[in-house]
Amino acid sequence: MEFFVQQFLNALQLGSLYALIALGYSMVYGVLLLINFAHGDIFMMGAFFGVFGSITLGLPFVPTLLLSMILTGLLGVTIERVAYKPLRQASRLSVVITALGVGLLLENGLLALTGANPRSYPQDLVTTKVYDLGGVSISNVKIIIIVLAALLFAGLYTIVQRTKWGMAMRAISYDKFAVPLMGVSQDQVISLTFLLGTSLAAAGGILWGVAFPVLNPYMGLRVGWKAFIAAVVGGIGDIRGAAVGGLLLGFIEIFVPAYGKSIGISSTWRDPVAFGLLLIILVVRPTGLFGVARRQKV
Amino acid sequence: MALLQIKNLSHYFGGLLAVDNLNEEIREGELIGLIGPNGAGKTTVFNLVTGVYRPTQGDIIFQGQSLVGKSPHTINALGISRTFQTIRLWNMMSVLDNVRIAHHSRISYNLAEAFLHLPRYRHQEREIEERSMELLRLFKLERYAHEPVKNLPYGEQRRVEIVRALASRPRLLLLDEPAAGMNPREIGALMEFIHWIRDEFHLTIWLIEHQMRLVMNICERIKVLDFGATIADGTPEEIRNNPKVIEAYLGEQAEVH
Repeated sequence: MEFFVQQFLNALQLGSLYALIALGYSMVYGVLLLINFAHGDIFMMGAFFGVFGSITLGLPFVPTLLLSMILTGLLGVTIERVAYKPLRQASRLSVVITALGVGLLLENGLLALTGANPRSYPQDLVTTKVYDLGGVSISNVKIIIIVLAALLFAGLYTIVQRTKWGMAMRAISYDKFAVPLMGVSQDQVISLTFLLGTSLAAAGGILWGVAFPVLNPYMGLRVGWKAFIAAVVGGIGDIRGAAVGGLLLGFIEIFVPAYGKSIGISSTWRDPVAFGLLLIILVVRPTGLFGVARRQKV
Repeated sequence: MALLQIKNLSHYFGGLLAVDNLNEEIREGELIGLIGPNGAGKTTVFNLVTGVYRPTQGDIIFQGQSLVGKSPHTINALGISRTFQTIRLWNMMSVLDNVRIAHHSRISYNLAEAFLHLPRYRHQEREIEERSMELLRLFKLERYAHEPVKNLPYGEQRRVEIVRALASRPRLLLLDEPAAGMNPREIGALMEFIHWIRDEFHLTIWLIEHQMRLVMNICERIKVLDFGATIADGTPEEIRNNPKVIEAYLGEQAEVH
């Protein structure tokens, strides 16, 4: 039982992090029908803005988090304006390739700038405390990650469901043409989408760096791909789907090695089993858990 | 002073002259029509006025202000709203939400206020919901408020589109073929309806139409386009008897009621 609770918390922590990143993929896809392949690297930039905040400026945790979210959000908006907006009328393939290029630029630009040595946050950014509750050890880091991710999701959900911008985002995803004619600035809504999506990825980056303290410019690749898969499994374009998909992936990744041994699956099978399960979900529900099939407009 | 003034407006699509030197003056409170055969450039005129296209030449002045180069959402906020030839509602969203979105330019709360649920956000969202419901009630659509638009019958969808256009509080309403796909009885009701919204909302209405009966009966003034050029302009009576119009548009066997 203690073992289960322990693993449950680990899964919740990992899943929350995937979810924070998956949200950005999903939101951008919802509005632009674009898979923003630079998003994993934006997550990485978020983590590195955290290095800038905590080490270079010596800020404590909360200001570091906010600074990174703001800087990454601005970076996301700038990337959209400079790299994607000029291609809004171009074929979707061109934009996807541009996104891959932006990702490479961020990775290698940062590598050139900061060198290849892995970084980590100062020990005292979040001083780890471990509480022992009846045989279950809970670190404050896990609590912070889980609670913060839940709060950020709740905030985002409110904005998407209950504000004029969220409504405009949904309208754009159904029919772009009529949106500006009803008084909505499409550019403003798209910028806001990037601002929210990338600043959540930045929060994910900082929390990731606190939980798994090895940061390098390529960290966004693996994590980014996994979060992308989580978004697809959840139903890309739907933010509840991104949250559920992220959590699901976290649970599978933790529970397969934790319990696999007892049924003869070694922990090296973690990824094949995890992605095998996700593939099965997609075979049964090709649009993902929350996805709605949409007719392609020609 | 005219509410909308169009001066020497021309528009090319590549080498194709879609609108040829159009001039128009619409006064406050008028209900006027724009007709012409298919491909005459009628919808293009609406697209130029609402900022979807930027005109190749000429000027469009609304309440003394030039609209050329302004973006569609700015033009909407200035007081011009429209419907579309083929219905362009957000099908998966509820009728109420469709109407709410059109209030966008009238809402002033900011992101932080929304995030923290501050009074201004709550107040404005509630006000918009109430006003949207009021509009739906006025058009007897309130029972569909929470229904996705795609579940509504065609004629009701047309009405929702007009309600949505009214939600941004326009002074000039552009109706692009409001009677498309309607039967004669529905057209009769639509004519009364258009008159009624003009009076109720103190609007100026400019409409494009194919149904001669509708245009001839309700428009005070009609302009006829053919291949982008104005071939006639006048009262329904004058248009009806204009030989150029009969030749270009109505054809020999056309019946004009």
